[in-house]
Amino acid sequence: MLTMIAKRVAMAIPSLIGVVVVTFFLTRALPGDPAAYFAGPAATPTAIEQIRVKLGLDRPLAEQFARYVIDLGQGNLGNSLTTGQPVLTELRTRLPASAELTLLGLLVSILIAVPLGIVAATRPNSLVDHACRVVSTAGVSLPVFFTGLILVYVFYYLLGWAPAPLGRLDVFYDAPPQITGFYLIDSLIARQPEVFLASLKQLILPALTLGIFSLAPIARMTRASMLAVLSSDFVRTARASGLSAFTVIVTYAFRNAMLPVVTTLGMVFSFLLGANVLVEKVFAWPGIGSYAVEALLASDFAPVQGFVLTMAVMYVALNLLIDVLYGLIDPRVRLEA
Amino acid sequence: MTDIVSAQRPDGGLAALIRHARYVIGENPVTGFAFALFVLIVLAAVLGPDIVPYDPLASDTAQALKPPSAHHWFGTDQLGRDVFSRVVVATRLDFFIAVASVALVFVIGGFAGVAAGFFGDWTDRIVGRVADTIMAFPLFVLAMGIVAALGNTVQNIVLATAIVNFPLYARIARAEANVRREAGFVEAARLSGNSDWRILAFQILPNVFPILVVQMSLTMGYAILNAAGLSFIGLGVRPPTPEWGIMVAEGASFMVSGQWWNAFFPGLALMVAVFCFNLLGDGLRDMVDPRRRT
Amino acid sequence: MTAAPALSVEELSVEFRTRSGIVRALDNVSFAVGKGETVALVGESGSGKSVTAYAVMGILDPAGKVTAGRAVLGGLDLLSAKPSQLAEVRGREIAMIFQNPRTALNPIRPVGRQIADVLIRHGNVPRREAPAQAIEMLRAVGITDPARRARAYPFEMSGGMCQRVMIAIALAAKPSLLIADEPTTGLDVTTQAVIMDLVAGLANELGMATIFITHDLALAGQRSSRIVVMHAGHVVENAPTRELFEHPRHPYTAELIAATPDAAASLEALAAIPGSLPDLRRTDLPPCRYSERCPRKSDACAQPLPQAAAGSGHIVACWNPLPLRAVNAPTESAA
Repeated sequence: MLTMIAKRVAMAIPSLIGVVVVTFFLTRALPGDPAAYFAGPAATPTAIEQIRVKLGLDRPLAEQFARYVIDLGQGNLGNSLTTGQPVLTELRTRLPASAELTLLGLLVSILIAVPLGIVAATRPNSLVDHACRVVSTAGVSLPVFFTGLILVYVFYYLLGWAPAPLGRLDVFYDAPPQITGFYLIDSLIARQPEVFLASLKQLILPALTLGIFSLAPIARMTRASMLAVLSSDFVRTARASGLSAFTVIVTYAFRNAMLPVVTTLGMVFSFLLGANVLVEKVFAWPGIGSYAVEALLASDFAPVQGFVLTMAVMYVALNLLIDVLYGLIDPRVRLEA
Repeated sequence: MTDIVSAQRPDGGLAALIRHARYVIGENPVTGFAFALFVLIVLAAVLGPDIVPYDPLASDTAQALKPPSAHHWFGTDQLGRDVFSRVVVATRLDFFIAVASVALVFVIGGFAGVAAGFFGDWTDRIVGRVADTIMAFPLFVLAMGIVAALGNTVQNIVLATAIVNFPLYARIARAEANVRREAGFVEAARLSGNSDWRILAFQILPNVFPILVVQMSLTMGYAILNAAGLSFIGLGVRPPTPEWGIMVAEGASFMVSGQWWNAFFPGLALMVAVFCFNLLGDGLRDMVDPRRRT
Repeated sequence: MTAAPALSVEELSVEFRTRSGIVRALDNVSFAVGKGETVALVGESGSGKSVTAYAVMGILDPAGKVTAGRAVLGGLDLLSAKPSQLAEVRGREIAMIFQNPRTALNPIRPVGRQIADVLIRHGNVPRREAPAQAIEMLRAVGITDPARRARAYPFEMSGGMCQRVMIAIALAAKPSLLIADEPTTGLDVTTQAVIMDLVAGLANELGMATIFITHDLALAGQRSSRIVVMHAGHVVENAPTRELFEHPRHPYTAELIAATPDAAASLEALAAIPGSLPDLRRTDLPPCRYSERCPRKSDACAQPLPQAAAGSGHIVACWNPLPLRAVNAPTESAA
């Protein structure tokens, strides 16, 4: 088991190296003078020169790269022009907001897509099956920011059920004392049920938007996988042995069918992390996505670079986690001698 | 290329292809519908600016934010511009971005992939490394980074989309090239003295095309979504250029206060276009390889 | 055979809906299996032997439908029983083992658990005791170090061991009838013999009847007391083993025997059976589906098939059966 984890970690290292190299070149690929970018649009030529020396942009490329890596190792991602704060600090502060939103969105998605796929597979050509297929095809065509806007229009403007899309918490409430950064968890720990409800209300629409977005690939894969497993030899044996419908569908079919779905999660996360940025803009969510978007508008470059790097590292870590999870479920992978 | 080699090509010629296409489109009404929609989109892209009732850039603040009516089928936006005209004219830009991205990724991804599959060894390893590195990023985030680094232009959106889709095309092309490496017509081409590169470009790559064409249709949908998403957050296309993503961004704040038509119609256009390309891709998949029917 | 049979299949007909038409897979199939008897169901690929078993077990593909007939097990017609009644019977009174044992087992579940699942479901064994009982079952089917093996996964075991596990699963609830669908195909010859011995031994111990499905007539001859020959969804002959080999009455049976390899015969003597199975999607199938390849075809063959008695316990479905005379029985010497 541990060997498998170690192997997977080892395989992730080249990816990390690639990520670092690419993000390094992204800043150096800037058309014109990189120093001017980091100095900002309002900088004087002297300020630009100062920045150039300070950031070592006049040095040979190899030396710049070494410096870049060392800086990363020390957690130095540069400073934001607009706020003057270290990028790392700001990212760290805003990360829980994005994480809470993305995880909730994924949860919503799984809770809808997996049962949908299972029922569609166990009742082929039924209404549910057709609904599942429509959802799978239509779902990938919906632009996520459009979905978000429509939800806001219907549920906030027309029906008045949802609160205004103005961030994590209504102005009336204070954020709960920070432990995890997840308002839902922290408010429960601090025994503030009103804050919990208020945060939940703000979370529903953006989480639903993300959920709808990632519904399609999960439902499609669950259905396809279940269909394949239900017609497999070992399910036939289980049926012939007279095992209960529940045992056959859940213990035998479902667990095996989930294997390809877990693998699909990697791709789903790639979409989700990207969609996160768009959803944060629609709902004014104070996460790292909107942090990067605001920085872009202000031509503030260090946060953008830090954002891309952070997202990539998180993505590599998530994929690693998924691989390990897969190994937990499938003994054939775990026990490769 | 040499006539001997062309005659030995596996595919049966253009006439057979059209016949087969007609059959598939006829057999599955959904594919037929998608194809009709596709033609509509192309028409809008080509003829759009010439047939719209209003100038998409002409603002008329007196007419700002009027709901859909007989005069303005999709209403007007905050500067009084006719939304319908803007949506139709935007088709050209979004369609162009889609086509250009797909063409670019076919060339670079397809070529890299067949080279990797054909030569193996170091070529394979390098292409693999590049693809892995790209895939280590969440794709939209990488596109953001590329456009932010290279500058806010349509060309860079196209480039970013192509780069982000590179691994998928390289992988498919590589698998196909691996299979065809030893094929008869390749041997024949080699014997008649063609260099490896010419073989790759003119023999293998065209044969990989049918497999990739399914993916290309799907990628067109993705490219439009990508471009729209980038424009939505301020990267890429800039106002006042009509482009679906930017129009949704501009109309977003008004949607919250009830003026829905501003953002709705461009968003709808996005949906319809992407849906069309996805359906077309499914139909093409049936045409190319019926075994893979969903 | 005056005692009630363990299983009585009566006039079973099955159809499959496919893209290219309706396949009339089984037509009026009837045979019975006595208590403790081992009956072999023999025929070419496509003769309908497995379909018969699947129909009886109720695990037909969704495209398949039983259009007529009964399958009576212990007084209950399996084909018209309610799901709750079937649940009592399947796996408990009647069980099945399949070919390709490795794919027939759940790849991500330890084999001990798979046996325990059946024990808990049918064997009236409390949950706590099921794992220990599962280990005992593994021991009973001849697996060494059963306590350790119970935690193993199918991919860690050989084909023969997997088949033993399948047998353990099938026999866990001590059924009165076991259907074995080509259980030795894919196993090497030594393992084949060992597995067949195991099944025979356990059947003996439990007083269990067995239906042994195979395309190998020689194997059927060695292991069964009665053989039912099938062709294109019909039962063409049904006789005690020795009787079948000594006095085959149906032309097809005779061809099968002639085509069966045997240590004594030479390759040249092996005769291929002429023609091929008719397309079961045809709407104009003749009443006797063998008639189009049969050298003894006569005008009488246009009538619906008879169930002619050809001796005690010997039925042949033919208007022009082979005359009664002794024929060399290749497998007689083997027993």
